[in-house]
Amino acid sequence: MLTLTGVCAAVSVLALFLILGYLVVRGGASLNWAFFTRLPVPVGEVGGGMANAIVGSAKLLLFATLVGVPIGFLGAIYLAEFSGSKMAFVVRYAADLLNGVPSIVIGIFAYALAVLPFKQFSTLAGGFALGLMMIPITLRSTEEFLRSVPNSLREGAMALGASKWKMIATVIVPAAYRGILTAILLAFARVAGETAPLIFTAFGNNYWSAGWTQPTASLPVTIYNYALSPYEDWHRQAWAGGLVLLGLILMINIVARGILSRGISVSRS
Amino acid sequence: MATASTSLPSAGPVSGSRSFLSRLRDGDEIARLITFVFAATVVLISILLVLELWHDSVLPRHKFGLGFFRTTTWNPVEGDFGALPFIYGTLVTAAVALFIAVPLGIGAAIFLAELAPPRVSDTLEFFIDLLAAVPSVIYGVLGIFIVVPLMRQYIAPSLKSILGFLPLFRGPAYGLSFLTAGIVLAIMIIPYIISVSREVLLSVPRDQREAALAVGSTRWESTWKVVVPFARSGIMGSIFLALARSLGETMAVAMVIGNDPKISASLLAPGYSIAAVIANELAEATSELHTQSLIELGLVLFLLTFVLNGLARILIVVTSQRGAGRARA
Amino acid sequence: MKRIAGIIVVLLGAAAGVLWADALSINGAGASFPNPIYTKWFDEYHKKNPNIQINYQSIGSGGGIKQVTEGTVDFGASDGPMNDEQLKAYQDKHGSPILHFPTVLGAVVPTYNIPGVDATLNFTGEALAAIYLGKVTKWNDPLIADANKGVKLPSEDIVVVHRADGSGTSYCFTDYLSKVSEEWKTKVGKGTSPNWPVGLGGKGSEGVTGTVKNTPNSIGYVELIYAEANKIPYGNVKNADGVFLKASLASVTAAASGAVKDMPADFRVSITNAKGKAAYPISTFTWLLIPEKFSDSAKRDAIKGFVTWMLGDGQNYTEALSYARLPKEVVAKEKKALAEIQ
Repeated sequence: MLTLTGVCAAVSVLALFLILGYLVVRGGASLNWAFFTRLPVPVGEVGGGMANAIVGSAKLLLFATLVGVPIGFLGAIYLAEFSGSKMAFVVRYAADLLNGVPSIVIGIFAYALAVLPFKQFSTLAGGFALGLMMIPITLRSTEEFLRSVPNSLREGAMALGASKWKMIATVIVPAAYRGILTAILLAFARVAGETAPLIFTAFGNNYWSAGWTQPTASLPVTIYNYALSPYEDWHRQAWAGGLVLLGLILMINIVARGILSRGISVSRS
Repeated sequence: MATASTSLPSAGPVSGSRSFLSRLRDGDEIARLITFVFAATVVLISILLVLELWHDSVLPRHKFGLGFFRTTTWNPVEGDFGALPFIYGTLVTAAVALFIAVPLGIGAAIFLAELAPPRVSDTLEFFIDLLAAVPSVIYGVLGIFIVVPLMRQYIAPSLKSILGFLPLFRGPAYGLSFLTAGIVLAIMIIPYIISVSREVLLSVPRDQREAALAVGSTRWESTWKVVVPFARSGIMGSIFLALARSLGETMAVAMVIGNDPKISASLLAPGYSIAAVIANELAEATSELHTQSLIELGLVLFLLTFVLNGLARILIVVTSQRGAGRARA
Repeated sequence: MKRIAGIIVVLLGAAAGVLWADALSINGAGASFPNPIYTKWFDEYHKKNPNIQINYQSIGSGGGIKQVTEGTVDFGASDGPMNDEQLKAYQDKHGSPILHFPTVLGAVVPTYNIPGVDATLNFTGEALAAIYLGKVTKWNDPLIADANKGVKLPSEDIVVVHRADGSGTSYCFTDYLSKVSEEWKTKVGKGTSPNWPVGLGGKGSEGVTGTVKNTPNSIGYVELIYAEANKIPYGNVKNADGVFLKASLASVTAAASGAVKDMPADFRVSITNAKGKAAYPISTFTWLLIPEKFSDSAKRDAIKGFVTWMLGDGQNYTEALSYARLPKEVVAKEKKALAEIQ
């Protein structure tokens, strides 16, 4: 029975390596210095790159994290530590509903709220849409990890006279930090690859996007446009773009877990 | 208080008897207020979303009313729209995806949390998390190039010869089908199940395992009968995440499901899902009725998610009367 | 750690905030069919006019019409002309009309995959309509075989493939089918997302060609540029004058020339099934949608400058990308219409 679980894990990892392998084989050749530093060029010309898409994605994800993580994290703290069961039920339900909304519908929603009133596509609108999508995963997972901290820690802190918020900030959150970080990184990974919400919010840009209120290129949208085009060269760039996207997420994962690794963690058997 | 239980004091054991001012001074009330505001924001966003969808789907709601749920035609040229085939496709693909991903995911999570050495477990986890970051369109293209031919040439014929007596596996199979979409979705949602379940399993206190082993259970028994039930609600939470993702996935499904708005019993037949048709037609929808009908489909999906989540929660409450670990709906 | 994060955030913010103050940024959205040539054009124009950046995104014809009506982009692009309802919506919202300017021509070709058949097949309009209606189900049906004497067609079922996503290609194809088949006109009609009676839906041209390539005995339709770029075999189609023609740049331009005499002043015309021996029947214009009145005079001048260039030097870039150029008569008409923009 236990070996069966090993098989399950093997299958899952195999899927990932197949995908990575495909991207490397099809797109590896397009990864050169120009790819990271040049703007896209029309089809038929060589030497183009996705520099603006890479920077654009970074800006979008930064703003998305600023929007989604605080709401998800602080909301989870409320659910795990302060709320009664009725409110918790409602909030959890709402988060699950939000999670099930197709990304394109989130895009429409963000379009109505952040683009139409200003008659302007912008990085902020795109980041807002992505941030909305980060909330449910962050909230639900963080709540689970906060709750999984053993009561003994809570009781110990309160026995020493700590006020509730001090207990949360200095005992519970650090105890659950691994899981919380997992939650945030999972949400981040999810929105990093999303295309549909960006089409109607960040729009796209073939040039550099100045500031935060202009349309901007992004890796997923560029990959999407290139992958569905008729040109083999653009296809190769799309796979290269996919590789870069995954590489960036992997790096962020490693860096985040590395830098933020500290102190207390619940013991593993 | 002698046994470790998972029940938590939800608002502090003696919060009622301290005066408001002293609570305020401690910062607890402020902390409570601030976190409440953020939690309430989530509910607010969901409500706003529904209102926005409701407002933007006024034309088809007036024109079709409840008939929207029963009609099977989708005709943008004539202006006749019905949601039934899309509801069917959404439910079927999500069911197939969960059917594949839940056992695989929980199995893998158990392996990573209980059996694998910590370094191996962490490394493998990095890679599995990456599955969540692969853009939808790449899943779609890989689906077209790898899964669809596999389905058409090997999987479908084998299924038909072995299980062809079931209506699920009949009829011509072109590769683009409910089953293909379900398989691609399964790969997309597995990281959510594995990642969260693994962390929850890891956080089960050591003494639970040791207690089980001390009374003579095997490794597997202690895992399956003690540790996993303890982590039940976390695992269920991860399945909710996976369910939600499979209901709302647009691009990858649109590329492999066949995009045929028909209801068929066979999983090998092409079909359509709500998210896929919205993704396919929204950008090009030329009439206001068409656009708003697509938005009404978004509203229908919201309703579908609402009902499914409710049913799942009822299921949890019902089954938790028996098992260990407190149910959290 | 927190300090490092803070510094990174500040640096990013500063980098993001630097303004390229001199460049005039113009945004356009719409059809995906002409995206390759538009990308080329806007890039070339930017090289000649470095302070003008025209940013075009192919979000679909419907998207283009919507966004230009909402005012979130400065111009739109569409494979199908705006209908009266949409024109009125624009006029009501902005107080002045929006104008159509044809830019290039494209064509839709039938592609197929029949094991054992290498020849270029001939398709009549009736045959195509019957196949897509689901009335002709086998490849050796007389409706197809009669036009292909000498080719051994198998008695296999035809697997029909169409576009799942709304597209100008579907609009052009169904527009043609509506003209050659009364039954198609009443049963299905023309549109970007018609209610296809039969067939599998592939997403994008990539999806259709992928499906056709991988499915024996299938038929699909794609843009000419797509078939050319991917070296996909496609068939001949019978035109209104009875000639079986293979789509080519010349035959597509000929279709437009044939339609010039009856062309309305606003250029909203369908050129499918056009008259003329050399006219390819499934051809279409694609249009830029430009407002008649601009509040920003710099943008107006930039766009007018671009269109003038497009009608002149710009047309020289079309052949390399397998688009057909505009016939001279249409260019002349457009130059006159351009003067209306204020």
